[in-house]
Amino acid sequence: MSTATAMGPPWEAEVLSRDDETQSLCTLHLRLTDADARAAYRFLPGQFNMLYVPAVGGVPISIASDPEQPQRLAHTISAVGRVTRVLARLSTGDRIGLRGPYGRGWPLDQAEGQDLVVVTGGLGCAPVVAAIDYALARRADFGQLVILQGVKHAADMFWRARYDAWAELPNTVVRLAADQPDHHWQDHVGLVTDLLDEIPLRPDASIALICGPEPMMLAAAKRLVALGISDDRIWLSLERGFQCGVGHCGHCQLGPYFVCRDGPVFPWSEISWLLGQKGF
Amino acid sequence: MTATHFLPRQHLQTLLDQLDALGYRCIGPQVRDGTIVFDRLSDATALPVGIGAHQTPGRYRLEHQDHPRCFAWANGPQALKPLLFAPQERLWRTERDDAGRLSFTSEPQPMQRQAIIGVRACDLAALALQDAHFAGPRADPGYSRRRRDLLLVGVECGQPANTCFCASTGDGPAISTGADLALTELDTGFLVRAASEVGSALCDALPLRAPSDEERAQGAAEIEQARLRQCRSLPGRNLRESLFANLDHPRWDEVATRCLACGNCVAVCPTCFCSTEREQPSIDGSSSTHLRLWDSCFSAEHSYVHGRLLRPDTRTRYRQWLTHKLGGWHDQYGRSGCVGCGRCIAWCPVGIDLTAETNAICADASESAQEAP
Repeated sequence: MSTATAMGPPWEAEVLSRDDETQSLCTLHLRLTDADARAAYRFLPGQFNMLYVPAVGGVPISIASDPEQPQRLAHTISAVGRVTRVLARLSTGDRIGLRGPYGRGWPLDQAEGQDLVVVTGGLGCAPVVAAIDYALARRADFGQLVILQGVKHAADMFWRARYDAWAELPNTVVRLAADQPDHHWQDHVGLVTDLLDEIPLRPDASIALICGPEPMMLAAAKRLVALGISDDRIWLSLERGFQCGVGHCGHCQLGPYFVCRDGPVFPWSEISWLLGQKGF
Repeated sequence: MTATHFLPRQHLQTLLDQLDALGYRCIGPQVRDGTIVFDRLSDATALPVGIGAHQTPGRYRLEHQDHPRCFAWANGPQALKPLLFAPQERLWRTERDDAGRLSFTSEPQPMQRQAIIGVRACDLAALALQDAHFAGPRADPGYSRRRRDLLLVGVECGQPANTCFCASTGDGPAISTGADLALTELDTGFLVRAASEVGSALCDALPLRAPSDEERAQGAAEIEQARLRQCRSLPGRNLRESLFANLDHPRWDEVATRCLACGNCVAVCPTCFCSTEREQPSIDGSSSTHLRLWDSCFSAEHSYVHGRLLRPDTRTRYRQWLTHKLGGWHDQYGRSGCVGCGRCIAWCPVGIDLTAETNAICADASESAQEAP
């Protein structure tokens, strides 16, 4: 991305299609309308874009699509705020602004040759899907793939078809957890972190990718450390109030870090001293 | 060593005229609304002649004094910050056509290069910190545009306020770096040092003479006195470890009972850099202007993350401000984010003193500092 657009103005992006995932979640598939910008656009799994609705405002949303196909960008939106409620009402052909990509993504170079342990909670699966796609496209470069996803209510479980398809792949373990199951729920009842004790784990040959609510991420990171994974092999994707995306506006600060620029993906070794402290 | 010259007081106007002739728009300190602010300056008589500024925690009053000096006050509520990091900046404008297509434009405002007269050492240190933040690898276009060709005439501070502690942070009152010209004010005129090529060229065009030994000695003595007269200090120049080791100190609760979370300290701080983005839509919805405004970590909205507030109370907001200012800055930009100007103390409506809070919270750092040789 050229630095000229780092702080805006954004590019125009068109909604190609939308998927309604659950009652409050939808995925927008976007395409930059400018052919040159579209051809030049690249992202790394774990990075995010700022989506901008004129007259309303902007929000940071992680890129949940295949990095091999950067011409078509998927963003999964939970309608909880002023801007996301407008984004969730968009339909095919609507135009918005897009700036990005921003931040440090998942450590996929470090992960080469290693087992991947993906631990996500709720919508936290969205920022990791691009990394899973990346690893599956280079399946021989990675060891065992463990994918754990937890939801509060069974009804919150989305992308079921993806998880079912991943579960069919060789050398891949998929486990799902629901705190509040329904009658159809067949996997673990309880927290996703419970599953860490049930999976085959090679602590010296694994990289963990964690994303979800902070209490869940803290519990997962601490459990993985207890299971013998070193803190530089455990990576977490954080969420803060990103506005500028380049470490200027100050909203995303976590102690010394500008999460938008230095993260949003951090190794546990960098943030364990501060993450979980109320107010940071 | 840079040569020191002397500019007789009656020729101060010549400095302004020279800057004007070189195409600079001059900005200088003037009395306005009971305080001293930086504004357009073309006439040296508009400077605050014979004015002092009495500052204590929560209080700022100007007073008339019987002397010819124009810079016999420590500072006003502004530093250089509003002149470079604009309080409100237009980032881009969006137009939507009838087919729903969007077009984005950002039109940089053409601007005349500026010269600022009367800059203090603390504010030069703050400028260097703002440069590190805004003019780094992903430079802010608006800041960079205003920063380019900026000429700075510093004046060393001979009259520190009761709230000043620049000697403690190591940023004043003498000017060591960052200015094109550094002035030291005496009753009869100014000791002048050029500190850049532009400053040297400017000196060549001024009716300067060599200073007497007495004038040199008096200038040095006044600045040394200004250093010694400061009565506040921080317990160290790097309090990062101490602050983050004391996140549960009871003083955070105590200061939160006094702090109004009004954000005055942030507004007057010369290094606070937070901003927020806002929309200004046209009434018919066909266009919208995207603005950036100063923000404060004391507001609820500052810590809003996807439906929740990370810092729901004043305790966590004050702690965020202080641990960032005196702690996080070390990691981010290699030094503390405080330059000892004392504005946050004077302009706090309830007179909270950052140095007192820090000394209470970092008492362990003070003790270890005292033990050190």
